[in-house]
Amino acid sequence: MAIVSSLRGIGSRVVNGVWRIGYATRFFLMTLLYSGASFRRFHLTVKEMFSSGVMSLIIILVAGMFVGMVLGLQGYETLKRYGSESALGTLVALSLVRELGPVLAALLFASRAGSAMTAEIGLMKATEQISAMEMMAVNPIARVIAPRFWGGVISLPLLTAMFSSLGVFGGYVVGVVLIGVDEGSFWSQMQAAVDFQHDVLNGVIKSFVFGVAVTVIALFEGYDAPPTAEGVSGATTRTVVQSSLAILILDFILTAFMFRGD
Amino acid sequence: MSSEALVEIRDVNFAYDSRPILKGINMTFPKGKLVAIMGLSGCGKTTILRHIGGVLKPTRGYVKVDGQVIHDLDQDGLYRMRRKMGMLFQFGALFTDMTVYDNVAFQMREHTDLPEEIIHDLVMMKLHAVGLHGTQDLLPAELSGGMARRVALARTIALDPMLIMYDEPFAGLDPISLTVVGQLIRRLNDALGATSVVVTHDVQESLKIVDYIYFVSDGAIIAEGTADDIRASGETFVHQFVYGEMDGPIPFHYPGGNYNMDLGVGA
Ligand SMILES: Nc1ncnc2c1ncn2[C@@H]1O[C@H](COP(=O)(O)OP(=O)(O)O)[C@@H](O)[C@H]1O
Ligand SMILES: [Mg+2]
Repeated sequence: MAIVSSLRGIGSRVVNGVWRIGYATRFFLMTLLYSGASFRRFHLTVKEMFSSGVMSLIIILVAGMFVGMVLGLQGYETLKRYGSESALGTLVALSLVRELGPVLAALLFASRAGSAMTAEIGLMKATEQISAMEMMAVNPIARVIAPRFWGGVISLPLLTAMFSSLGVFGGYVVGVVLIGVDEGSFWSQMQAAVDFQHDVLNGVIKSFVFGVAVTVIALFEGYDAPPTAEGVSGATTRTVVQSSLAILILDFILTAFMFRGD
Repeated sequence: MSSEALVEIRDVNFAYDSRPILKGINMTFPKGKLVAIMGLSGCGKTTILRHIGGVLKPTRGYVKVDGQVIHDLDQDGLYRMRRKMGMLFQFGALFTDMTVYDNVAFQMREHTDLPEEIIHDLVMMKLHAVGLHGTQDLLPAELSGGMARRVALARTIALDPMLIMYDEPFAGLDPISLTVVGQLIRRLNDALGATSVVVTHDVQESLKIVDYIYFVSDGAIIAEGTADDIRASGETFVHQFVYGEMDGPIPFHYPGGNYNMDLGVGA
């Protein structure tokens, strides 16, 4: 009997999970379908870019700076063994632009802006603001969800660029200013080694994909949250956990396609 | 009730997952009148409003608004109909990220191409109508409960709806705000030439302002009439409700089986 009931438990969880994925997919498609107003009335999107972007800005800048400084230290230690300290600039820049920038900025964005988005939408639903909008003949997907979606999707690549730039600067401070690596070779090797399309563009594509994943998860969790305090707080936690996992898994898939065989 | 009906509810039945909530509801809201729906919490009052707004679809019967069966409309038709309706939600449901001004201007910006100067004047007029001129730059969090309810009222009437629905507009208000909101509901209904439906369990306040009352219990209408009919009603349920008595057909005890058995005393 225990086996039957635990099998039944597993079965119902799987079925529920599949239903939720279905709902989330439909929610995503509806968001795209009703995105017209987000561009026709672009100020709605700009407002959301401002709130999600500015909210994460400080944490992104500070984190970027320190990650770059750590890369400077660790990179120098390792490169020195092979006598190639002059490649420090290349190492710092490539690590940031290809991997650490997009992934870490997305993780920080998910925990800062993503969780706030879930809580905001969840509360709007719990306090009947979403129902009120529907009764005013305004489609909440078009008016509330889509601008936040595009605001997040546009913000994250910009934040990622700032993260990577400050990271490079952090690597420069540690490597060149503090340790004394030659400044000329730091910059020139970096410039020679970083390819725009292969490295920068792929990094931007990654952060765009992460932006879609994080905002869709955050908005769906908020929209789908039970209209109670526990419902909203549970949804906020799920947003952070699910989007972090999604970022890391998607990163592996994208990396496998972008950077194999070189 | 003589004049022409704006809303007709005929034999409406509704169930949430096979649990019946509405059982054969018949109501008529004549144009220009203020009608109350009263009953205990959970008796289905909000569910009736949701049917009028086209959010829910009856399992039997129909709801007609302005001559059209609301649940036969497609999405566009429904949205066009809802523009002519206003709904005041329990606790107001103001948009918390917008100022009072932007809340009241919301529907004007979404549904009209009016220039900003005209929207400004309209917002000022609506705020003036609810006595809150001068609060336009405040955020909802900075308002008292009674003020928030009045701002929500201003937002509800922003586009001069023909039908205004109020879901427990008196809930959680102090006695003075309660009278103010009650008088506003009456005045706005008459000034706009609208038809209003008030869902409430505040008997004393609503008896002062409404034209007609339906009493709902457990998903069915058990009494109806004008305020005077209701006050004079001999119906024991209505009497218990109006005068807030503990003894009557509405039991104090949940139907929870045999109390003595649970105590182990035996039946
Ligand atoms: N979304 C829902 N799903 C299932 N049951 C619901 C739902 N909404 C309301 N109910 C039930 O329907 C009944 C009537 O609810 P409602 O119309 O909100 O009552 P009220 O008269 O207090 O406004 C209640 O017993 C409530 O538990
Ligand atoms: Mg209710």
